[in-house]
Amino acid sequence: MLAVVTMPDLVTFIAAALAALVGAVGVVTLRHPVHAALMLVMTLFAIAVLFVEQGAQFLAAVQVIVYAGAIVVLFLFVIMLLGVDKRESIMPKNAVTWQLPIGLLFVIAILIELSILTKGVWATGTHSVTAAVNGVSNIAVLARAVFTTYLLPFEATSVLLVVAVLGAVVLSRIPRASTSEELALEMESDAKEEVELG
Amino acid sequence: MSVPGSWYLILAAALFGIGAFGILVRRNILIMFMCLELMLNAVNLTLVTYSRMLNDIAGQVGVFFVLVVAAAEVVVGLGLIVSIFRGKRQVTADDLHILRG
Repeated sequence: MLAVVTMPDLVTFIAAALAALVGAVGVVTLRHPVHAALMLVMTLFAIAVLFVEQGAQFLAAVQVIVYAGAIVVLFLFVIMLLGVDKRESIMPKNAVTWQLPIGLLFVIAILIELSILTKGVWATGTHSVTAAVNGVSNIAVLARAVFTTYLLPFEATSVLLVVAVLGAVVLSRIPRASTSEELALEMESDAKEEVELG
Repeated sequence: MSVPGSWYLILAAALFGIGAFGILVRRNILIMFMCLELMLNAVNLTLVTYSRMLNDIAGQVGVFFVLVVAAAEVVVGLGLIVSIFRGKRQVTADDLHILRG
């Protein structure tokens, strides 16, 4: 079985699988919620790579946009909002010293890698994300399935999203005076305060 | 030829197991949520792998719907966490036992 696996495929799989596993273990073991969220991003990216490797380009893009772009940002937002990250400030007191050159090194390496990837196709074996796989575009096949066979579930998900948005608004808003009596009482006390102030 | 599907399935099983372990051992609700996302992603990987092995697009459509449901779930779940935090000032699972029968 190993003999028929091409070298780029094997290297891509091993690298992505390692990144996914390390990230998953990091999510479980790291004590700091922000670190766990960043490890989650690593796992999600690795899974997106595995999606591309299996010819699911559209899902890989959606994975990066929805998970890494929206869901993890939401996580980080809530972590910051609740102040659970008190054990670490954004700029630690002993400022970054040896991390800075290493970070710059990684940035340069990624830039070189990206420029190589835009030139040729040797690394991934495909021409572009929207290119045809086995003669038919992945997005076209997926779209045909979603908008014909699975049209009803697709419409149901829109209802689900509306319900989720309403639920989030109802759950996270600060409860105010709801009945008319409470409202009237509130207005009365406001009027009194104004009189006292005046 | 690409890597055999069984490898992907083994990887997905490992990810699912790590996520389940995390939900069981961690006490911070936010990290429990992240472990839940990990488990959902492991299932997504399984679906895509079977979609390739069986040459059927239905698996990828399933992943599409799982993504939508996961987004909705995170929105509602984080809303719940924020509203719990407003009353209790802490988000560890040990402190939330008001539903205990």
